[in-house]
Amino acid sequence: MQKTTKNPLYRKQARLGYLFVAPWIIGFLIFSLYPIVMSFYYSLCQYDVLRVPQFIGLGNYKELLGQDPYFWKSIWNTLFYTVVRVPLVIFGSLLLAVLVNNAVKGIRFFRTIFFIPSIITGVVLSALWLWLLNPQYGLFNSILAVFGIPGPLWLQSPHWSKISMVLMSLWSIGGGRMLVFLAALQGIPTALYEVVDIDGGGWWAKFRHITVPMISPVIFLWTVLEVIFSFQVFTEAYVMTKGGPLNSTLFYNLYLYYKAFDDFSMGYASALAWVLLVIILVVTLMQFVVGKKVVYYEGK
Amino acid sequence: MRLNFKTYQTTTTYLLLICAAVVLILPFIWIISTSLKGNESIFAFPPQWIPKDFHWDNYAKVFTKMPFFVYLKNSVFISVMTILGTLISSSLVAYAFACLKWPGRDWLFIFVLGTMMLPAQVTMIPVFVLYKQFGWLNTFKPLIVPAFFGGGAFNIFLLRQFFLTIPKELFEAARLDGCSEFRIYWKIVLPLAKPALATVAILTFMMTWNDFLGPLIYLSDKLKGTLALGLAMFVGQYQTEWGVLMAASVLVMLPVIVLFFLFQKYFIRGFMMSGIKG
Repeated sequence: MQKTTKNPLYRKQARLGYLFVAPWIIGFLIFSLYPIVMSFYYSLCQYDVLRVPQFIGLGNYKELLGQDPYFWKSIWNTLFYTVVRVPLVIFGSLLLAVLVNNAVKGIRFFRTIFFIPSIITGVVLSALWLWLLNPQYGLFNSILAVFGIPGPLWLQSPHWSKISMVLMSLWSIGGGRMLVFLAALQGIPTALYEVVDIDGGGWWAKFRHITVPMISPVIFLWTVLEVIFSFQVFTEAYVMTKGGPLNSTLFYNLYLYYKAFDDFSMGYASALAWVLLVIILVVTLMQFVVGKKVVYYEGK
Repeated sequence: MRLNFKTYQTTTTYLLLICAAVVLILPFIWIISTSLKGNESIFAFPPQWIPKDFHWDNYAKVFTKMPFFVYLKNSVFISVMTILGTLISSSLVAYAFACLKWPGRDWLFIFVLGTMMLPAQVTMIPVFVLYKQFGWLNTFKPLIVPAFFGGGAFNIFLLRQFFLTIPKELFEAARLDGCSEFRIYWKIVLPLAKPALATVAILTFMMTWNDFLGPLIYLSDKLKGTLALGLAMFVGQYQTEWGVLMAASVLVMLPVIVLFFLFQKYFIRGFMMSGIKG
């Protein structure tokens, strides 16, 4: 009965379907589609908000790709941050998930404890870590000092500033990412591990040959997401370092923000945004190509 | 032999669990300790974990040095309105995707998910220009109104997944009784979906409470600021007074921590639900 499209009940449902989904469609048109089109137009213009956009063709793109050292610097900083951070947070969350997958007494308490740091984000996270990483009196260097090790200058050193921010984001390895991994781990049949036991394999063999392949779709999905998140790092750098020292934390989005809202070079900033979009699309597509070969999908 | 191995394994597990817990919790203890210290004990070596005398005045100073309660009111208002908009609109849209049949539905759903990939920077500037033309700069509207139009792809996704678990017979019975779709949505689906709605509310609260870029761009009037914005300004001004700065940070994160302990299971459910389909 429901298969016939001429069915009046079905037609009514279809009408209502569009009605219910309308808020999203209207929102998409006003807050996404129109802005995307305009953003591309602005990227071909010189535009400072106060005056009408002046069309200059590919001028902005030529300038940023050809003559803008800050553009390349910000690309390098963002790439470095992404390449160091993503494997560490994924691996860290995975290890923690394996650890809390043990059915020992009080495990729920530990899961809660591990989760807490991940609810601290943005400005608060930045303010806290500014103090934790203080070279003279912060937590890290105080502990190092107890062992007689002189700690680095962390955020105040151009060599350590990006590492500091990676370290900071490692605080949240017990958050949602860990829980999703945990849910995936709990779906692995225990019989698979018993096979490794019979073969005399240890902890590492189980992790390497059963755990990782079995939950590789989830790991893959989160890698893709974390790469996108890392590309968009902003608040931490804005609050803690303003991009310094020596532009070592001038991340892509920070540079874009400065161009748009400090210099009011809205056209140039729009060009930056489009380059970011293209980078994210290309990197994500590349990951899917690699993922097709590496990821194990059950039943395929 | 077997038993020994088992106890050895359990002991190692607990040892690792405790180590990880200590490492992750230590920063909190350090921060709370600093927020109660005067300068002389902040700069003492070796570091004091428990302050010699408790400087509660650090907390008092926060209230005199920044319009804390104004920011609190603004943050609460923006968060409540955003949660309201998100709950109403994302549940409506999710209902269309999960409980109604219409041409192009599944195609559009994949498209909605695809919009999550879109970096906010691509829309940021034209949206700013648009709000400027609307005369919305320096008001809370740019931070609230968009929530009423769809409520975000991730929330739609979460609610759709939950709605799909509701038995189909319920809908069919209601439809045969002549119940309108809106009534089914309002009287049957929403009450059943309370746990999922709570998850969406709590995740939206966290996002809004901690949002920085939005208030930074749209709220330039000092007294229109949110707590996150106020704290960021505070960082710039009082970076040498660590006790006061940490007290301010603790005050800003307190609501988030309290809510986490009250609604823990909803946080966890949100991630578990999103993980169902990988």
